[in-house]
Amino acid sequence: MMDTGMTPKASDTSTLPPIKPAAESEPLCARIEGFSFFYSNGMQAIKNVDMPILDRKVTAIIGPSGCGKSTLLRSLNRMHDLYPGNRYEGRVILEQDGENLIGPEADPVVVRLRVGMVFQKPNPFPKSIFENVAAGLRVRGIKNRAVIEEAVETALKRAAIWDEVKDKLHGSANDLSGGQQQRLCIARALAPNPEILLLDEPTSALDPIATAKVEDLIQDLAETVTVVIVTHNMQQAARISHRTAFMYLGQLIEFGETSQIFTSPKHPSTESYITGRYG
Amino acid sequence: MSVTTQGSLGNAAVKTDQAAYAAIARAKRRDIIFSVGGLVVMAIAMTLLLTLIGDLVVRGLGRIDYDFLTNFPSRKAERAGILSAWVGSLLVMLVTALLAIPIGVAAGLYLEEYARKGWLANLIEINVANLAGVPSIIYGLLAVGMFVYGMNLGKTVLVAGMTLALLILPIVIVSTREAVRAIPKIIKEGAYGLGADQWQVMWNYILPAARPGILTGAIVGLSRAIGETAPIITIGALTFIAFLPPAPITGEFPFINFDWLNAPFTVLPIQMFNWVSRPQADFHTNAAATGVVLMALTLSLNGVAIWIRYRLRKGSRN
Ligand SMILES: Nc1ncnc2c1ncn2[C@@H]1O[C@H](COP(=O)(O)OP(=O)(O)OP(=O)(O)O)[C@@H](O)[C@H]1O
Ligand SMILES: [Mg+2]
Repeated sequence: MMDTGMTPKASDTSTLPPIKPAAESEPLCARIEGFSFFYSNGMQAIKNVDMPILDRKVTAIIGPSGCGKSTLLRSLNRMHDLYPGNRYEGRVILEQDGENLIGPEADPVVVRLRVGMVFQKPNPFPKSIFENVAAGLRVRGIKNRAVIEEAVETALKRAAIWDEVKDKLHGSANDLSGGQQQRLCIARALAPNPEILLLDEPTSALDPIATAKVEDLIQDLAETVTVVIVTHNMQQAARISHRTAFMYLGQLIEFGETSQIFTSPKHPSTESYITGRYG
Repeated sequence: MSVTTQGSLGNAAVKTDQAAYAAIARAKRRDIIFSVGGLVVMAIAMTLLLTLIGDLVVRGLGRIDYDFLTNFPSRKAERAGILSAWVGSLLVMLVTALLAIPIGVAAGLYLEEYARKGWLANLIEINVANLAGVPSIIYGLLAVGMFVYGMNLGKTVLVAGMTLALLILPIVIVSTREAVRAIPKIIKEGAYGLGADQWQVMWNYILPAARPGILTGAIVGLSRAIGETAPIITIGALTFIAFLPPAPITGEFPFINFDWLNAPFTVLPIQMFNWVSRPQADFHTNAAATGVVLMALTLSLNGVAIWIRYRLRKGSRN
């Protein structure tokens, strides 16, 4: 797909046009098509992004600070709808039923039921561990105690934190360590069985050991749920993702197999970013 | 830095060190002067307040006994009591709380969570803030015109409660909004991110987290209302009341009765005002005693506010 007439003679590599993702051979969970996003102040934070999201694989989004990674991720579960004046353009189509997540007919609440999110900073609710994980079930109107208990246990096991908290399920979530809190937040997002799990720099507030745990966990999770992760840590992206998207100034510059992006990037901007020349 | 002791560079380093120490010493002196100044000002304020309270207590405390609390007012100072006044105060506060808290909290939540931010929201915001500063007697005038004569409700417990509810509504609204605003964005986004709708977020996340702040505001409002005299005098409740309103809870079915809402009444500050304006010294003692009771009520309301806040803070961490 690379434009062969595009020899990098200019020193400013960012002026080169982005490379469109190649057709995917693997099954997709969703397709992002012609997606642009405008903040209420008129700032266009995402510019015409086309990108596949692989089904039950980890897709990593990398790029320098301010390039629009969080903006893109938060669009996928309509977080921007919480603040007035923001505008989406284009489509995010779920393969399964053709639903356009950012279409005007899609209810943001329903979208968030299908697409869960874990934030950069652990944000447990000021409630018990149990109630934190049960929260997503309660908003869905599930009241059956046995169902909730089972879902909470399953989610905590999937998030690899069950052994650490099983004896204090009714203790405060705020008493957990940062790494435990983040895994609790992952369990909370998993409990209602979302189709896609979004993670925005989930390990940036964690120490290396906690980070390693969360990374293992994400890889295991990808067997059952589609994961999209934003990270500043390129080793992390290389370690845990199947596809990597490199963004710069709101554009998707390059998208491809993770190993290809990190070993033989096609776009000079990608290369300078992963070799640490900017960002 | 202290390692480099050789040559001119070393001297420069030492010099900056001295300058830095001098700056730190100056800053420390400033801190001391400021804290001493603050202490003095606070001591003056506290002394004044304590003198006032002390004076009231010295003159009034001896007068408070069982009879004083259970007797109706009387033309004889030594037989007079404050039964109708404290019962009246309690009932009026009940009405005030039942009206002001739900309406104020709902208004605050609406303004903070539902209302579109725009010129209308700004206008309402400015008006609410200004209402908090309107002299209480103006509320009294409004109540006379609207409730007493306009709606023909009379000079009743209900009207007094409605008037005081209006008076403290801005306090409740503002404290609700502040409590809601203080909830971290990340918690709200977490709840929305799980697929909660706006009602669920408000009811299950915002309201519980804002509860300590809301309750504190409500109780601060109530403890202001309980001491208010001007609006109650304005609605014409400055009368001699030697009976109790019908009891809200009765022995027979349906056990609750609302006749008390339409009963004439008096309240503690009015009873106090009444007695202060008598020429006889004995009535002044009664007034001081009433003041002590009123103050005890206000202080215990504030105590309850502190206790609730403490409990809920502790509870919300669990
Ligand atoms: N609420 C907002 N209103 C207006 N502009 C915003 C808003 N949030 C972010 N932006 C802008 O959008 C651009 C993309 O921001 P975004 O948060 O998506 O970057 P990011 O790639 O996640 O950066 P980082 O790695 O630092 O988290 C930035 O230029 C930022 O200034
Ligand atoms: Mg970000």
